[in-house]
Amino acid sequence: MNFKLKDIIPQLITVLAVIFIFGFFTYNAQINMENRGIDFGYGFLSQESSFDVQFSLIEYDGSHSYFRAYLVGLLNTILVSIIGIIIATILGVIVGVARLSPNYLINKFAAFYVEFFRNIPLLLQIFFWYFAALRALPLPQDAEAIFGVFFLTIKGLYVPAFIWQNLSIFLYSLIAAVLAIIVIKVQAKKVQEKQGKQIPVFYISLGLLFILPLLSFFIGGVSLSFEVPALKQLATTSFIYEGGVSLPPELIALTLSLSLYTATFIAECVRAGIQGVGKGQKEAAASIGLTPNQVLKLVIMPQALRIIIPPTTNQYLNLTKNSSLAAAIAYPDLVLVFAGTALMQTGKAIEIVSITMFTYLTLSISISILMNWYNKRIAIQEK
Amino acid sequence: MFKYLKQLTSLVAMVAVLFTFTTESMAAKKSKTLKNTQKKGFVRCGVSQGLPGFSNADAAGNWTGIDVDVCRAVAAAVLGDANKVKFTPLSAKERFTALTSGEIDILSRNTTWTLSRDADIGLTFVGVNFYDGQGFMVRKSSGITSTSQFKDGISACTNIGTTTELNMRDFFNSKGIKYEPVAFEKADEVVAAYDAGRCDTYTTDKSGLAAQRTKMSNPDEHIVLPETVSKEPLGPVVRQGDSVWEDIVRWSLNTMIEAEEYGITSANADMMKTSDNPAIKRLVGAEGELGAAFGLDNDWSLRIIKQVGNYGESYKRNIADTGILPDRGPNELWTKGGILYVPPAR
Repeated sequence: MNFKLKDIIPQLITVLAVIFIFGFFTYNAQINMENRGIDFGYGFLSQESSFDVQFSLIEYDGSHSYFRAYLVGLLNTILVSIIGIIIATILGVIVGVARLSPNYLINKFAAFYVEFFRNIPLLLQIFFWYFAALRALPLPQDAEAIFGVFFLTIKGLYVPAFIWQNLSIFLYSLIAAVLAIIVIKVQAKKVQEKQGKQIPVFYISLGLLFILPLLSFFIGGVSLSFEVPALKQLATTSFIYEGGVSLPPELIALTLSLSLYTATFIAECVRAGIQGVGKGQKEAAASIGLTPNQVLKLVIMPQALRIIIPPTTNQYLNLTKNSSLAAAIAYPDLVLVFAGTALMQTGKAIEIVSITMFTYLTLSISISILMNWYNKRIAIQEK
Repeated sequence: MFKYLKQLTSLVAMVAVLFTFTTESMAAKKSKTLKNTQKKGFVRCGVSQGLPGFSNADAAGNWTGIDVDVCRAVAAAVLGDANKVKFTPLSAKERFTALTSGEIDILSRNTTWTLSRDADIGLTFVGVNFYDGQGFMVRKSSGITSTSQFKDGISACTNIGTTTELNMRDFFNSKGIKYEPVAFEKADEVVAAYDAGRCDTYTTDKSGLAAQRTKMSNPDEHIVLPETVSKEPLGPVVRQGDSVWEDIVRWSLNTMIEAEEYGITSANADMMKTSDNPAIKRLVGAEGELGAAFGLDNDWSLRIIKQVGNYGESYKRNIADTGILPDRGPNELWTKGGILYVPPAR
């Protein structure tokens, strides 16, 4: 009994101290706010925001509520994070593998890329990509069409919009293809375990994924047309493109700089992971007659991933948090829209900053949980 | 002899206590901000991150501008030296938090006086030192000469966290024009983006447009459109709840404006002490006890005029002579066709 008490008391004191500190600051804040006539409350979230946002994934204008403005900012943050994570991962894996290449040029180029981009502060890179790109890009009226339909201008990248007929049938065919692939994969595994025969699942899957949606065009009555952006004159020297989808230069610059920066760290994770697998593994796998592709897929990568995933998770978290630098170049993310404009217009600093902090916390923890789950799946199954 | 030493010291102590009671006036005791300012020896003033004419630092770190002069006037009144000011450059987003949290004591940063700001967030506006209105800047080459030529799809660069952002929406909505708002955190980035051609128009207060135009790579390529789409009375702000401090800042600004009305300048202020006009004599501290109400001596207003100058001198030095807005427009005295009108100092 005595022994247990001794264990608990330091913990109890710590908890009490934490509660006391929080309580002290909350009390202080309350007193200060009362003295200065500031109300505390989240009621403002349902009020009309009365400001517009440049770029939004959901329908929004100033007549919507502050809560909707919060959602707009949150979705924009998630958008830039997801695109950034995908590009950074692809680029990171390529560069990481390239750094191990015996080819001198590829190897050195990859090394140069990593050292260059990871050693310059991210904010500077964001400014560089934004303002340098702005200066370098043509005005809408001078832009050359890329493939006849894309226009990269100072006011953004204009791409054709898809106009679908019977989009739902197309989507059903896609789902059917995915289901079929899963069934085939399970069957192929059974066949291999029973008869030792290998079925080229990858090529069959690719074929299915291509043929089924294609069939929907011919049989299902699906059709797709494009709305190509067209130049429109606003004033003598002022033009924009109308129609199609426009991606603001702020989004492009931010995604580019975040991906290029984070990819350098992921590349190092990948390199470490591959180098962390013993040389003997590769030689042993080769000696039992596996092809080089099989060696990489079945022996090296599963082991390398165990080393790569945990530090890469950190990089994903960093990228998500770094996306808050968007405010510097007018990309309407959570910090700019909610912790910026909304905070200013309402003056609810404590409420808005706490919501924003909590949101980033939730985002980061979600990514962590997802990556930890994946990490567990690929970890060694001890029996 | 030693017998009386004890009594003597206690007598001295008593006199000393009595003396401090009388010198520390009621006002100073009521105003925490005034007391803290006198203790620190400088006025803590929040300004912009660089807006020529209003608050702008030169290469040597000297701040100038009409917003800066308000803080200097308060320093002259309270501390006797217009240079005893610590300037804190703030973004539009940070400014109110800095004031309400007590990091600064005066916010003099081209801030628009609105109902919700005055009533909601623990601030008190003490007056107007510049009557402004929102306008639009465009490239001359665009051929646009009026906001009526704006068309759907126009992109507008501006700052976040300003009334500008709200007025912009009101303006475009009322005209039924679809627009793309591009809002930056700092003014320098707004200018850089507009200058590069990211936006068709740059919108903010007209004084701001005139000032920022001087920062463009080629100022002559840009014009400010004639329309004014909002009322923007700009003025200094203090924290709610310290009415003495509020009065000091208000009357420091009013003193500058009234001094101009009576023709008192930094050069002739001392001579005005012998003026026949009692209103002038009150302003230069030769008559009445106006300073006592704030817990200040009677020369507080004379120091403002001598060290900072009257409003007209400040305007000329900072805004007219720098070529930003040579025409005073509404910021002329009421006696000369403007709307600058302050209550009398008496």
